[in-house]
Amino acid sequence: MSTFSLIIKQIINGLQLGSIFALVAVGYSMVYGIIRLLNFAHCDIIMVGAYIAWFFMANFANMPLIAVAASILGCTLLGVTIEKVAYKPLRSSPRISLLITAIGISYLLENTAQLMLGAAAKKVPGFFTVETIRIGQVTVSTASLVTIAVLAISMVLLTLLVQKTKLGRAMRAVSEDAETAQLMGTNINGTISFTFAVGSALAGIGSVLYCCAYPQVSPTMGSMLGLKAFVAAVLGGIGSIPGAMIGGFMIGLTEVFVSAIGLSTWKDAVVFLILIIILLVKPSGILGKTVSEKV
Amino acid sequence: MKKFLAAVLAAMMLFSFAACGGGGGKEEGTIKVGILGPHTGDLAVYGLAVRYGAEMYFNKVNEAGGVNGKKVELVVYDDQGDSTMAVTGFTSLVDSGIVALVGEVTTGNCRAVVDEAYPINMPMVTASATATSITYDEDTKTVFTNVFRTCFIDAYQGSKMADFAFNELGAKTAAVFYLSGDDYTQGLAQAFVDKCVENGMSVVAQEAFSSGDVDFNAQLTKIMKAAPDVVFLPNYYEDDGMIVTQARKLGLTCTLLGGDGWAGIEKYASAEDLEGCFYASAYAAGSTPELKAFEDEFKAKYGEDYLNTFAATAYDAAMVVCAGLEAAEKSGAEVGSDEYKKAVIEGIRTGSGSVKGLTSPSGYSFDEFNNPEKDVVIITLKDGVPTYHMNY
Repeated sequence: MSTFSLIIKQIINGLQLGSIFALVAVGYSMVYGIIRLLNFAHCDIIMVGAYIAWFFMANFANMPLIAVAASILGCTLLGVTIEKVAYKPLRSSPRISLLITAIGISYLLENTAQLMLGAAAKKVPGFFTVETIRIGQVTVSTASLVTIAVLAISMVLLTLLVQKTKLGRAMRAVSEDAETAQLMGTNINGTISFTFAVGSALAGIGSVLYCCAYPQVSPTMGSMLGLKAFVAAVLGGIGSIPGAMIGGFMIGLTEVFVSAIGLSTWKDAVVFLILIIILLVKPSGILGKTVSEKV
Repeated sequence: MKKFLAAVLAAMMLFSFAACGGGGGKEEGTIKVGILGPHTGDLAVYGLAVRYGAEMYFNKVNEAGGVNGKKVELVVYDDQGDSTMAVTGFTSLVDSGIVALVGEVTTGNCRAVVDEAYPINMPMVTASATATSITYDEDTKTVFTNVFRTCFIDAYQGSKMADFAFNELGAKTAAVFYLSGDDYTQGLAQAFVDKCVENGMSVVAQEAFSSGDVDFNAQLTKIMKAAPDVVFLPNYYEDDGMIVTQARKLGLTCTLLGGDGWAGIEKYASAEDLEGCFYASAYAAGSTPELKAFEDEFKAKYGEDYLNTFAATAYDAAMVVCAGLEAAEKSGAEVGSDEYKKAVIEGIRTGSGSVKGLTSPSGYSFDEFNNPEKDVVIITLKDGVPTYHMNY
């Protein structure tokens, strides 16, 4: 293997990892943008999605599309339900109550999964019949190409949704100023539910891609993924969708780069060091808006 | 006539004296061996496996006439898994006159007993305590010369797999990819690397990952660039299952090797990805005719519940003890004396090579830290099923 193809391969590794971080980070960012909540349950929705994918793949292995559909649908329903049951009654409470509730939901999901399915990891059968593709001198896994492609398509669709549709305009309006938007006739509850639905659907897509790349599911699989995606969201500027995407790719590439130079056991430390530096130097992130507090 | 009668009477008296003497000699003529371990409580499954395995061999020896015509008398003590009880038990076994001990079973209790046994030079053979501290104290640089074992220490598998790769697979280059911050995985990785260097192989990549990692692509890509003949993955089955899957997806086609942490890996990677990989193990049920016969007999006598690796290593431990006893009997020392115990230890050290153990048909030898050099079982994966490959 030449050094050139080594570099190409490592970049693809980084983009694949980054794509998954990006999908999760976008979910974080959308919810934060609209109700200023760090939805820590988001990464556990991914865990549930992954278990749904595992269930369908283990039982109906020849129909991977059913697994994909079921896990997106399952995540969407779960996300909307959590919003209705746990967050909506607290909408006028202090933000710290919401945050603590989110952490509570996160633990609830993790421990329920552990109780029902056991703490041991489960193997997800492969989604693709052709595992590797050869492009020139470089062999790449089908999973990494599909992951990168799916992320690109999802981001284009999401941008169109937010920028070009009526619902998207409502989302932007609520995120800008909820009360005024309501006065202008926007259905706030509907819009917030819709945002959760879209964010959770992305989590569903993320969970399937995660299963393709790392074919094991366990009850705590979401926690580290969630933390890193959170770092990605903060790095890109929390609340900003393109920012979350950029952040995800940067974290993914950083991890791979750090491993590639032989410091693989330091990669988590480097990621969290980035979080600290960003919070010290530019807390609003790369694409975040600087909001000046009114005194 | 009177003279004749006197002679006959005298002869009869002599004979009866001799008979008396013979009777007394028979009583003294047993050799006492202790068996110490948890026979009740949570750890009973290990303790009883060791006890029954050892008992089976000693009973056979007795049926065949004993050691040098003397029967082996077993003195059994149950420590209930408690280290204080283990020490009390050991003292009581010593008081009852044992000349060797099969045990202790768990690492913690074994260490406690070693502290008592080393000063009095009591021969000990454990079938199950794998920690290095059992025979060697790092702080005082003391080797406990009276303590032996028939199970291998974890890291030993690393050096065995390096030998296997070199001699059986003809590997010239190797890479290792291990979980950092874990004694088991680091110990195996280090032993593997050391042995590779000793064999003149070149270790072209040494990569590590952290606990909880799921993405190994970056490190595996580096390993691919180095193009080794074999990659050693001395980790646990969940991680290694993921590593094998990702490695194959990246296009790494070389032979992958593992330690006994691989047991169960077939559930975490596909059959075709695992095809032709090898891992080390202590035991493979039914792999040799001797082992099969042992298992059948064990099941018939004690049931299936206690039939595990340690039943077989305990059977071997009893064999090793008997090798020591035979040597001690030959030395002519008095049973129970210090010279006798010394002769047992010397006998174990020099005579275990001829012990055809269940788990090590090629015998046992002990290195400078009293750790055994013995066979490991090499398991290969065929169509997703772990299959016995060879004793190595």
